[in-house]
Amino acid sequence: MSSTIDPRLLRAPPKKGLRLSWADERFRAIVWQVLIVSAIVFVIWWLVRNTQHNLEVRRIATGFGFLGREAGLPIGESLISYTPRDTYLRALTVGVLNTLNVAVVGVVLATIFGTVIGIARLSKNWLVGRIATIYVEVIRDVPLLLQLLFWYTILQSLPGPRQAINPATGVFLSNRGLKLPFFHWESAHTAAFGAFVIGCVALWFVAKQLRAKQYADGQPRALWPWALGLLLGLPIAVWLVLGAPFTTDIPALRGFNFSGGLNVSPEYFALLIGLVTYTAGFIAEIVRAGILAVHQGQWEAAQALGLHRGQVLNRIVLPQALRVIVPPMTSQFLNLTKNSSLAVAIGYQDIVSIANTTLNQTGQAIEGIAIIMGVYLTISLSISLFMNWYNARITLVER
Amino acid sequence: MPLRHLSKAVGAAVLLGGLALSAPVQAQTPTSMLDTIRSRGNLICGVNTGLAGFAQPDSQGVWRGFDVDYCRAIAAAILGDGTKVRYVPLTAQSRFTALQSGEVDVLVRNTTWTLSRDTSLGFDFAGITFYDGQGFMVKASLGLTSARELNGATICVQPGTTTEQNLTDWARSNRIEFRPVVIERIEEVVGAYTSNRCDAYTTDVSGLAATRAVQPRPADHVILPDVISKEPLGPLVRHGDQRFADIVRWTHFALLGAEEFGLTAANVDQAAASDPRPEVQRMLGKNGELGQMLGLQPNWVVSVLKTTGNYGEVFARNLTPIGIQRGPNALWTTPGGLQYSPPFR
Ligand SMILES: N[C@@H](CCC(=O)N[C@@H](CS)C(=O)NCC(=O)O)C(=O)O
Repeated sequence: MSSTIDPRLLRAPPKKGLRLSWADERFRAIVWQVLIVSAIVFVIWWLVRNTQHNLEVRRIATGFGFLGREAGLPIGESLISYTPRDTYLRALTVGVLNTLNVAVVGVVLATIFGTVIGIARLSKNWLVGRIATIYVEVIRDVPLLLQLLFWYTILQSLPGPRQAINPATGVFLSNRGLKLPFFHWESAHTAAFGAFVIGCVALWFVAKQLRAKQYADGQPRALWPWALGLLLGLPIAVWLVLGAPFTTDIPALRGFNFSGGLNVSPEYFALLIGLVTYTAGFIAEIVRAGILAVHQGQWEAAQALGLHRGQVLNRIVLPQALRVIVPPMTSQFLNLTKNSSLAVAIGYQDIVSIANTTLNQTGQAIEGIAIIMGVYLTISLSISLFMNWYNARITLVER
Repeated sequence: MPLRHLSKAVGAAVLLGGLALSAPVQAQTPTSMLDTIRSRGNLICGVNTGLAGFAQPDSQGVWRGFDVDYCRAIAAAILGDGTKVRYVPLTAQSRFTALQSGEVDVLVRNTTWTLSRDTSLGFDFAGITFYDGQGFMVKASLGLTSARELNGATICVQPGTTTEQNLTDWARSNRIEFRPVVIERIEEVVGAYTSNRCDAYTTDVSGLAATRAVQPRPADHVILPDVISKEPLGPLVRHGDQRFADIVRWTHFALLGAEEFGLTAANVDQAAASDPRPEVQRMLGKNGELGQMLGLQPNWVVSVLKTTGNYGEVFARNLTPIGIQRGPNALWTTPGGLQYSPPFR
């Protein structure tokens, strides 16, 4: 392509020498920049130095050496094995995983729920539309902390473990949380899960292939048999080959509490419901705005081409709506993640809760805050990067 | 602006910064707490967010309690007026950063004296105003008689306390499995216990007694007999200002000494005028220069006692009503008593 460019345009401009004179614009610019950057560096240096000095005078310990020490703090729920004998580093890792747990599940559920509410608000059914409107208005106006305490109080007022609500065998709802029957997790299950992940990746390639073929000959090809085989068939096959192990693990009341099965604690549950219902209120509005932003004429034109309603929504309206929806959605995902730090109030031990306790026990507030900031920054930047990448993918390729 | 210029600028700035770095750093002279408090005209005291008997605002919003009386006594010693206190309620988790950062002058918030708090957190404990220990409270309906029966139980605990660490130590050495519910604010953690989210609530026995006393039906809750730790509670200050630490320490001793000599809020004026005992005369500033040695007025103990009364009076006013006995907090002159003041000399 470059051969078509006029060579005159590629020629460098005549070089201007740098004169050491105030009259030279570049010289002035350099001087100013040197001055400003030095001032900033000096202030930062002074702050750091002063902090160090003050910490020393007050004999407050510094450094990250405490990470390797035994934490001794109790943690109620953890995705990895943890005992109070473990180090602060491990305790903090548990906190990060707990934060990610509620953030990831929360983002997925809030997106689904918010989309449903957003579409419901546009519904032609008067009642459905009204309910969705009231929901959005109420949920956005009440402070999130109050909502969390509200949900937590509701969950605490459930009956005790001995009087637990027992709607189906092995399912118990009490003020100790929701217990669900599960099965004993074995290596075959891990392998099956691995197969599922591989299936996902394979499906992505298959979808790409099929699309390429469709572009070539215009024939649409069904993806679902592939999806079925790769996402369901493959993991099941792996599991069968490994001996199909399956032993149920049904919760039962033993002593003070239930043991066995899967446990959803009231703290996690309250935080999740609170975050999802709250954020969904905002997402609903974003979705509604996105759909309304697609001109009515697009629907009519697509229908005139003979596409049916589902195809119009999928191929014509949603891709255009998404361009409006995705950028503000990023901030909602970030909000949900950051709001999860309100967990402290209701006893869900996220990274803020555990880092706070750590800094309280070690007295190293600066390090503790640095860890919290580092964690949120990493999570937030990851979300932003992913969403920006996704946004770039779906933007209309204009020719 | 072209990036090229910026990188040059950074290079120069780093050089400048390097030069500045090698310049001698001016040593900071710490201003004395005593001067700060005097010129400010009040004492900033970190207390509980609300624990009956220790620190709690009454219906008029006036802070009352054992710890609060210590704040008032220190203010009276320094400023001659026990009302010149600003109370800052702090949770267990926020208390240490508040003291480290200088948000409060002194922390009187049923805080346990431990080695790490005394050293690596940068504090100095001024004494032991209350000898305590950690216990468990359960619903009477469970019919438990010992904490050892708590295997498998869910236990409510506040984070950032010695309580949570003792709990894990105790469970480990007694091979007890428990599920923690860790909530920062006292209302919420107590709420979780009363609503049956937890089978037991654990903290200092004094805290349990205070919590139990304010329940609608205290008899529904029992404090188990097991005491699993030593919790010497006392006021603490930032490390580095020995004079201020001395004042807080000797305010506590003045309360103890006064009880020992039978000096009370009611009789201290009269004693100052006519008590012939030499140590009482020195204490109340009639003789000697003990007040000046601390940097205080000669009659500082008179101000303190007129504000709060002696240790026994402080105890009787705040803790006896919620059912806490003197026990180890009796004066050393009583069998089993541990409270002891060095001589006023
Ligand atoms: N003495 C223990 C525990 C102190 C503590 O926080 N106790 C609780 C219960 S007695 C409390 O005072 N809570 C009141 C509040 O959070 O404001 C320590 O120093 O770590």
